[in-house]
Amino acid sequence: MTLGAGRQQRIATLLRERREGVLDHWVAAVLNTVRGRTTQAELRGQLAELYELVVQAMGEEDGTAAGELSAALQELSRTRARQGFSPSETAVSVFGLKDAVLHEIEAGGGTGVVVYREFASFSKDIDDLGLLTFETYARTREQVIADQAEQLLELSTPVVKLWEGIVGVPLVGTLDSARTQVVMESLLQTLVDTGSEHAVIDITGVPAVDTEVAQHLLKTVVAARLMGAECVISGIRPQIAQTIVALGIEFGDIVTKATLADALAYALERSGVRVGAG
Amino acid sequence: MTSPAEVPITSNDDVVRVRQVVRGLAAEVKMSLVDQTKVVTAASELARNTFVYGGGGTATVELVTNPATGRTGVKIVFTDEGPGIPDVDLALTEGWSSGSGLGLGLSGTRRLVDEFDLETEPGTGTRISVTKWTR
Ligand SMILES: Nc1ncnc2c1ncn2[C@@H]1O[C@H](COP(=O)(O)OP(=O)(O)OP(=O)(O)O)[C@@H](O)[C@H]1O
Ligand SMILES: [Mg+2]
Repeated sequence: MTLGAGRQQRIATLLRERREGVLDHWVAAVLNTVRGRTTQAELRGQLAELYELVVQAMGEEDGTAAGELSAALQELSRTRARQGFSPSETAVSVFGLKDAVLHEIEAGGGTGVVVYREFASFSKDIDDLGLLTFETYARTREQVIADQAEQLLELSTPVVKLWEGIVGVPLVGTLDSARTQVVMESLLQTLVDTGSEHAVIDITGVPAVDTEVAQHLLKTVVAARLMGAECVISGIRPQIAQTIVALGIEFGDIVTKATLADALAYALERSGVRVGAG
Repeated sequence: MTSPAEVPITSNDDVVRVRQVVRGLAAEVKMSLVDQTKVVTAASELARNTFVYGGGGTATVELVTNPATGRTGVKIVFTDEGPGIPDVDLALTEGWSSGSGLGLGLSGTRRLVDEFDLETEPGTGTRISVTKWTR
């Protein structure tokens, strides 16, 4: 990408000579659209950097500055995407330079058709830059979503130590095969690492227990048993309990408790800890 | 939410989507939490069977009204063009699975809903329609 391609002499001169005026205008216009999410000083810093690169890109032969400019724009777009800006807000920030330049042309008495022809061509270049931020935005969002999905997978399956010898897994959300695999592995690993003999699997946050989820739970309990640990399942809400019964799922001799607290009390008792009521 | 909604079932994620659509409509007709959970679980079972055994298909989820009682409900029709079920009685037997499941999906689903209708033809496919009425 090169900017201006030597066809925008007057615009280039204007950008160099009336830097402060144009920049002031640009910042003021953009500030309106980003209010509250970035400070004026921060915004001015960002735009001043882009401005410098635009000026350099218009005056260069080899495209070095243009390359830096597109890198800077992509970076801006990525930061903004992560800050929750909409893609059009970011693109509009870039387009704002056109208005600022036009304002300066008019303030300088707007001399003749040549400068407007140049402006049209400059305007097209800026549009391209704006679109670049759009594309980057879309790609960044996809990345953010993919990252979050992965983080959620890990985040939603923490195994926590509840007491000496007792670990707990609060399950939240949909339990599919992939997640159950993660849960099972981290539970078994934590049992080994902490030398625990009791585990509480709390399903308060699981919206539905169907045969697949039930099967996964049963497998986890059996695997823990093979390692010498006993599991208690807690947090089976009334609607889930009724559904499980209607489905015909049997938890066999697996101990179930209404609440996590009940399950913990049970596990404490089993491991010989006495919880005094005072 | 739009009704009827057609949800293609071609992956495990689609099973979750079917569940969400069903939950949305069940909540819309103000079904009790227990009944919502039952119909969502039934949908989950049938959607997974459609995916796993039927080789994929579609779920059509719609709001219906019973002209006789005036009650509203959620009706879900699952269709696939898979191998069909050669022995329906066997498939509906509790604990029987041709795969590695618990074999409780079909038999259990029948108890979770108010209406259950199964049509299948070996080599042609399977169509299962279920309805849950509000009380
Ligand atoms: N859409 C379908 N097409 C072909 N065969 C099916 C279909 N749905 C169910 N079946 C057959 O019926 C059997 C019983 O289904 P069911 O849902 O009761 O049990 P499962 O899916 O094997 O195990 P579970 O649902 O308990 O995890 C299946 O194993 C399969 O052979
Ligand atoms: Mg099944």
